[in-house]
Amino acid sequence: MSETVKKFLYLNRRAPYGTIYAWESLEVVLIGAAFDQDVSLAFIDDGVYQLTKNQDTAAIGMKNFSPTYAALGDYEVKKIYVEKESLEERGLTLDDLQHLVWEDEDEDWAEKDSIHLVSRAEMAAVMEDSDVVFSF
Amino acid sequence: MPIEVNGKSFETDEEGYLANINDWEPGVAEVMAKEDDLELTDEHWDIINFLREYYEEYQIAPAVRVLTKAVGKKMGKDKGNSKYLYGLFPYGPAKQACRYAGLPKPTGCV
Repeated sequence: MSETVKKFLYLNRRAPYGTIYAWESLEVVLIGAAFDQDVSLAFIDDGVYQLTKNQDTAAIGMKNFSPTYAALGDYEVKKIYVEKESLEERGLTLDDLQHLVWEDEDEDWAEKDSIHLVSRAEMAAVMEDSDVVFSF
Repeated sequence: MPIEVNGKSFETDEEGYLANINDWEPGVAEVMAKEDDLELTDEHWDIINFLREYYEEYQIAPAVRVLTKAVGKKMGKDKGNSKYLYGLFPYGPAKQACRYAGLPKPTGCV
């Protein structure tokens, strides 16, 4: 009876600004999540910069859309994979990224971490496990 | 088509959403509601103000499902349900309330 829910993985590998890919990806994710799909996000290479804290876009005259990542929890996007090697190669750690959470309605809105730090090998497995991979 | 509020003119897009969110003032919502033959009550304003706060924090207008859940969390289950919200905003709580709030059309809305 139940409709097949496909596993969508949105792969983000570019810096947040300079191209429109990061924002377009986020918009597609929000639209897809609103239609009850199984949505995961992955951040590798320069894509990890998309999740960094304290972004300031004043000097480049673009809208700072980084606060929108914090709304992903409201859209039931609970699986955000960040590649450990990509962070390390850029001198970043998890502490440089926003603390993204989702709230579990069944547990009195307890906050749970959305970001999962994975190795390159684990990331390959995440991709393998997905039905559809969108690369941005 | 621009709308007139207290002698001032506000630019809107082809679907009636305010062109510039920073232009917004409460009178904009009053005038838009009047055009829809709707009298704004405190209950309407709770939702309009909630949407403006949501946009301020996350830079997006939430989808209706997200709005419903978030209202439920903040104002209780008796308000965080479709029946209550559609009762207030018959043209769709996210679409109509976002328009009154000066926000863009919610992402993913057609």
